[in-house]
Amino acid sequence: MRCDELDHDLTVVADGSAALSRPQQRHVEQCLRCQAELVQHRKILRTLRALRTEYLEPAPGLVADVLAYIEEAGERTAIRSLVSNHKVAYLGGLAAATAAGAAGAILVATRNRRSRMGLAS
Amino acid sequence: MAVAAQQGDRSAFEELVRLTTPGTYTLALRLTNNEEDARDVVQETYLRAFRGLRNYRGDAQFTTWLYRITANCASTFMTTRGRHRHDELPAEELMVDPHSSSDVELMAAGGELRDRLTLALATLPPKLRAVVVLRDVYEMPHEAIASELGISVSAAKVRLHRARHRLRQELFPESSEAESRAV
Repeated sequence: MRCDELDHDLTVVADGSAALSRPQQRHVEQCLRCQAELVQHRKILRTLRALRTEYLEPAPGLVADVLAYIEEAGERTAIRSLVSNHKVAYLGGLAAATAAGAAGAILVATRNRRSRMGLAS
Repeated sequence: MAVAAQQGDRSAFEELVRLTTPGTYTLALRLTNNEEDARDVVQETYLRAFRGLRNYRGDAQFTTWLYRITANCASTFMTTRGRHRHDELPAEELMVDPHSSSDVELMAAGGELRDRLTLALATLPPKLRAVVVLRDVYEMPHEAIASELGISVSAAKVRLHRARHRLRQELFPESSEAESRAV
């Protein structure tokens, strides 16, 4: 077995999510280079995990900015919904006016026809 | 507190923001590698969290849920930003050659693997950095990482493997060079 055949497996073994096969284990036990690589991957992983407990301090005012951003977004949404409600009311009014106009026109047309028929008889 | 916030208690939500901001900002900064971008990601994260509070089921820690949103926001942000401008390196990175003598002196002076690792993380391409940070620092499952970054699980694993290799090359250049010569 060649060292580069183990390349991928060593990174996965280092984080404990997989185990080496028997032949791979035998190779690592005899190969100083692969042992060193495994140790290096484990060291890196331990150090990466340790970063989890390290907090980087934001510049002051971030919490206030976050809350203001949410407030502002809430206002934008409220305005948008108000505009869309107005649009609905406007369109509703327009539809009602159109319907009333059409009904009026039909009524007038019917009356005219009736009066013409009355004159003819 | 999360339950109170879910029920509409505005002050409970504000308290949650105060308590979790350092962690959220740290993750955002590790993902974006830029303070200004990290602040934008944090703002967007909390807005989405606020709007999606009803979706938080409480089966995981609130921060776990929040960090998934942060990862998603950072990914979206980096994609959008990538369309407009190239990933800019901070000034100090532009000045530091990872193999120069000044850097070696810096490493010897600092001595800490943690410092070198932080530098190495910053030099990774954003796509590789995101996966290795979420998996190896925050121990997020591959499936969650894939879902938040909008990639397949196998793509997430490939990126993780590449990122780990790049980090090892940066941190242990002698052994990596010896290996490439031997192969």
